[in-house]
Amino acid sequence: MALNPSPTIESFYKFCAEKKLMGVKCAKCKRITVPPRVACPQCGNARLSWIELPSRGRLVTYTVIHVPPAQFQTLAPYAIGIVEFAKGTRLPGMIRNVKFENLRIGMELQTDFETTIPTEWPQWPRYFFKEP
Amino acid sequence: MAKPLATIVSAGVTRFGTRHGVYARELFAEAAQEAFDKCPNLSPRKHIDGLFVGQMSECYEHQAHSAPMIADWAGLLPAPAYRSEAACASSGVAMRLGIFAIQSGMHDIVLVGGVEKMTNRPTAIVTEYLGMASDFPFEQWHGITFPGIFGMMATAHMAKYGTTEEQLAKVAVKNHENGMLNPKAQLQKKITVGDVLSSRPVAWPLKLYDCSLISDGASCLVLTNPKLAKKFTDTPVHIVGSGQAQDTLGLFERDDVASMNVTTLAARDAFKMAKVDVKRIDLAEVHDCFTIAEIMAYEALGFCKQGKGGRLIDEGVTNLGGRIPVNTSGGLKAKGHPVGATGTAQACEIYLQLTGQAGKRQVKGAEVGLTQNIGGSASTAVVQIYRRGD
Repeated sequence: MALNPSPTIESFYKFCAEKKLMGVKCAKCKRITVPPRVACPQCGNARLSWIELPSRGRLVTYTVIHVPPAQFQTLAPYAIGIVEFAKGTRLPGMIRNVKFENLRIGMELQTDFETTIPTEWPQWPRYFFKEP
Repeated sequence: MAKPLATIVSAGVTRFGTRHGVYARELFAEAAQEAFDKCPNLSPRKHIDGLFVGQMSECYEHQAHSAPMIADWAGLLPAPAYRSEAACASSGVAMRLGIFAIQSGMHDIVLVGGVEKMTNRPTAIVTEYLGMASDFPFEQWHGITFPGIFGMMATAHMAKYGTTEEQLAKVAVKNHENGMLNPKAQLQKKITVGDVLSSRPVAWPLKLYDCSLISDGASCLVLTNPKLAKKFTDTPVHIVGSGQAQDTLGLFERDDVASMNVTTLAARDAFKMAKVDVKRIDLAEVHDCFTIAEIMAYEALGFCKQGKGGRLIDEGVTNLGGRIPVNTSGGLKAKGHPVGATGTAQACEIYLQLTGQAGKRQVKGAEVGLTQNIGGSASTAVVQIYRRGD
């Protein structure tokens, strides 16, 4: 039976509006994949189910952006990083409310969600990371 | 060493930099004219039967469908023209397409090249346009820039291998020194490690002088079937190996962000095809879009062991006069980085070096060269190996 909602990026961000960070779990090799795909990128199996990612993950790497693209001008400087929730299950995003000098690879971070929905296309609600 | 895949019989490259009022088609025509002028036996409209051109973005000039336009300005109509887009590897890929065309037997003599006009837009807009080559839903949407992506690679590399900001700075210092010997380089300016370390932050640990430039420019090569090369030149340069590999578009989808596996894979194929060992490489042009990228290229190409790239720059191995001079042109860092033009501009430098035309930056007796061109966060890598012809 086809996965409902379908394993798309659009579905991922619809879950973000419900304050949930969701990936898909492979019935065969158990790998959790985010962003969701129609088949497991590890074993190719298409029997997948939605699963909520752990609320906390570890920082894999980070940087502090001082020269932002036009639409992020007002936020700079801001920290971004890649957070790992389970082996191979990673997402990048903004890191809020952590002093830049306190950023460390391996530190624990927690997911949170912006409350305002962006007005520009594609109007996806953004998740971000913060100190637990 | 292996038989040639295709042969370079001429090359042209514009001065890189801010070229006020000169647009992509005119830049490309300038590079093409230089290549044609250097090859008197070539009648472009008669001999050149295909054009393969790399250009990343329609955004700068609001101009799509650029292949026929560029073919027209280069005087090549009605020869078929193809544009390839692979971000900063656009013309590395175009060059491979030209090699395929010759190898297929459908083309005998082709022009391969690349162009980008970038300086007509402000930095914030250029940052956004370049960023379009990263993953939209998860990188661009969260404010991640290209310096940010390479900044994250640098942070990981420094933590894992102990690479220092000083070592990154030394890459910039070296490439600036080389750029001063290249009259076509955008920056003609000596800098010190202190200058780099005190330059303003762009994406920590990367600072302004760790970043390549926003540039206008074009470059091209005339490639022929190896059998025809002698009709056009006494100093041919053969392409003897070519490899390309792809990785995920998003950096976050890779298991290891402190190495550049895609370059290793492309290099493995190129070395195998060329039937040469890395020890035979006399000089290389590598993709130093950011200083960390050059360090990671050393490791991925096998110039040193994984994690020892910082030490290689400390030891001066890649300096002009070192064992493997890297980026004698000044690299993307000092020569400039008109993204679509970069891949074939690297090949132009190797061509000049292997034919003894590199002037003050000439590597004496160079016989075998290598180029490494990457696109985006190294989602594309192209590695080519060149040998001086007889």
